[in-house]
Amino acid sequence: MLGKTAGGIFWMFRYLERSENTARLIEAGFRIALTRPDSAQDEWASVLQSASVRDLYDQHHDDYDASQVVNFLLRDKANPSSVLSAFEAARNNARMVRTALTQEVWEAVNESWMQLTDALRRPVREADLPEALGLIRRHSALVRGATHGTMLRNDVFDFARVGTFLERADNTARILDVKYYVLLPSITQIGSSLDNVQWETILRSVAGQRSYRWLHGTDISPRGIAEFLILDSRMPRSLAFCVSKMSGNLGYLQSQYCEDCPSFARMQVLRDQLKETEIDHVFEMGLHEFIIGFLRDNADLAAQIEEDFRFNG
Amino acid sequence: MTDEPHFFDEMRKADNAPRAPYQGFNNWFSGEDISRLQRKSREAEQFFRKTGITFNVYGSGEADERLIPFDIVPRIISAQEWARLTKGIEQRVRAINAFLYDIYHRQEILRAGRIPTELIARNEAFLPLMIGVAPPGGIYTHIVGVDLVRTGEDDFFVLEDNARTPSGVSYMLENRETMLQMFPELFSKIKVQQVSDYPTRLRRSLCAAAPPATTGKPVVAVLTPGLHNSAYFEHSFLADHMGAELVEGHDCRVVDGRIAMRTTRGYQPIDVLYRRVDDDFLDPLNFNPDSMLGIPGIMDVYRSGGITIANAPGTGIADDKAIYSYMPDIVEFYTGEKAILKNVPTWRCSEPDALAYVLDHLDELVVKEVHGSGGYGMLVGPAASKRELSAFRAKLTARPGNYIAQPTLALSTCPILTKAGLAPRHVDLRPFVLVSPEKVDITPGGLTRVALKKGSLVVNSSQGGGTKDTWVLGE
Repeated sequence: MLGKTAGGIFWMFRYLERSENTARLIEAGFRIALTRPDSAQDEWASVLQSASVRDLYDQHHDDYDASQVVNFLLRDKANPSSVLSAFEAARNNARMVRTALTQEVWEAVNESWMQLTDALRRPVREADLPEALGLIRRHSALVRGATHGTMLRNDVFDFARVGTFLERADNTARILDVKYYVLLPSITQIGSSLDNVQWETILRSVAGQRSYRWLHGTDISPRGIAEFLILDSRMPRSLAFCVSKMSGNLGYLQSQYCEDCPSFARMQVLRDQLKETEIDHVFEMGLHEFIIGFLRDNADLAAQIEEDFRFNG
Repeated sequence: MTDEPHFFDEMRKADNAPRAPYQGFNNWFSGEDISRLQRKSREAEQFFRKTGITFNVYGSGEADERLIPFDIVPRIISAQEWARLTKGIEQRVRAINAFLYDIYHRQEILRAGRIPTELIARNEAFLPLMIGVAPPGGIYTHIVGVDLVRTGEDDFFVLEDNARTPSGVSYMLENRETMLQMFPELFSKIKVQQVSDYPTRLRRSLCAAAPPATTGKPVVAVLTPGLHNSAYFEHSFLADHMGAELVEGHDCRVVDGRIAMRTTRGYQPIDVLYRRVDDDFLDPLNFNPDSMLGIPGIMDVYRSGGITIANAPGTGIADDKAIYSYMPDIVEFYTGEKAILKNVPTWRCSEPDALAYVLDHLDELVVKEVHGSGGYGMLVGPAASKRELSAFRAKLTARPGNYIAQPTLALSTCPILTKAGLAPRHVDLRPFVLVSPEKVDITPGGLTRVALKKGSLVVNSSQGGGTKDTWVLGE
């Protein structure tokens, strides 16, 4: 396989994941804005921060008006992480690596791109937002389904999976980082209304509110949430889950390429660290410091993969 | 009505009865509901969009991925007609290869005075770098598209030879695929020869011309200028269906005297490169130094037998429009036989007598640029306004050597499905020919291009033309 093709697959799936995550962030923000209009502006600001585009947004706009933020996150071409930009980048990568995709995956991506481009042609009115977000979710699921149902389980698939989970881990970690202060036991008062808003946002951003309730009932605590999103390997968007998936797929890649890939070594360090971590330790060393460290390791891993498999030369 | 020129209709005879090849189709069609067919036709468009069968249009900004309109009425050729055509095509293509070998070696045809020397020497398409180079397997044009037009029952003409990088074969394949999906019943009623194995044939043909440096099974790659090229879909389609890698210049470099591509396991040599990049851009070290699309040093590797480039660099000298007019002589010179396929009579405007005639009859003729393609820069006299004519006259007088002229041919028509039912439109045909050291292999079918505008004779997709599925009937 060409290095460029491996890189194209990796990025195609990163962008797909990113577009889906951005849509989830919008959904969470929208929900909060509807139910707690007073804290809406702050919420939208932190949604922008979770999507790592707040600086970019501030360059273009003066306030956090809901429809403006939604538009920026959903369809603004100036925002490379907007749902539309990310999906278009995914589709461009798919065109580039078409020879490595099954017909069904290509068609799913291409058709989804056509439908999303059409649905997001004009700014989406508030009343139509739930439908638009639903459409994005369904199309992400369509591509994921085609990938699982038709792709050969070879190195192409592994690059796709590694890209997916690397991006997802990054996104979950960023959400945690933006909200880390509300999870610190020292400054939170359990049961205060402000905190409930914050926690709910976090769980909604990762589509985890229902799962969390299954596991912990209505006992929503900062410690519980942090543990759920960092260490619970049953939660498909937790850091532990993403890292364990990545280590599986990188392991397959290593066995096919039968070299001592430096990326796999990095991966192992990351995985072992996480395995040995307990939530109390995280809070002891500082949640913020822990997440910053994780984001850095995750980015280093991505760079190492890029080098090991000659994505760019 | 009486002034209207008469055009050969491929589907119906003068008494409105279907011609023999269209008999089966006509039976089916007359039992069909037009509105169902129109619905199907819209579905076909969706199918093309979904599959991503689009082409990029230069300089059209936002909406840069377009569909080539597809018409659901097939263009049908009988087995006998096809047999005659293929004999003529094979003869012509063999002559073209022999001509190319000669032109880059002893130049016998020039010594014999059959072609003026300056036509070669001063031609931009002639690559001095290819002089004395023996391409692997002796093949210059691995893939040729011969554009044919028809004016009567037995009258086929070659309009031009595409000996550089003929495109459109993916449409031949996808058009058939679309028809099979939409009207499977048609294919159980009518025996149509298959085209779907073209990619396999292409791969086999390319591998048969692998270079001496090949060890083991030849590694084939398709070289594309990239995502934004107008024919990118076709490049990825062919790579996909041949099981070849799709590379760009920056994926490749010279490693140990071979051209190698950067894979996830390091650099691996390529044996056969099906390049869809023009000569000029192929090698920045040897040709255009600003090219970002090529592979630096590939010409040196080529000359030492390290890689097969398909088509070979320098083949453009054979499909140059000025050379075209000499094709009957070329065929005769190298095969010792009269050309089976006719040429369209051509005035070379470089010759003073011809120029005078062309200037006098500009409103009747089609004038083309010698190096032009894609229907750009040409004048269709009968369709041109006074203003266009006088503007063209000035261009022609300024650089006569840059132009050739041909009579406006009464191109045959084949019906398309319009809102009002069937209506005749002009068509041409591009069969695809594969040349290897073993054989000349012609896939029974091709690309039928159709001028969708009533009365128009320009079939190029860049100028509003569409395509049809092309059927060659079984014996």
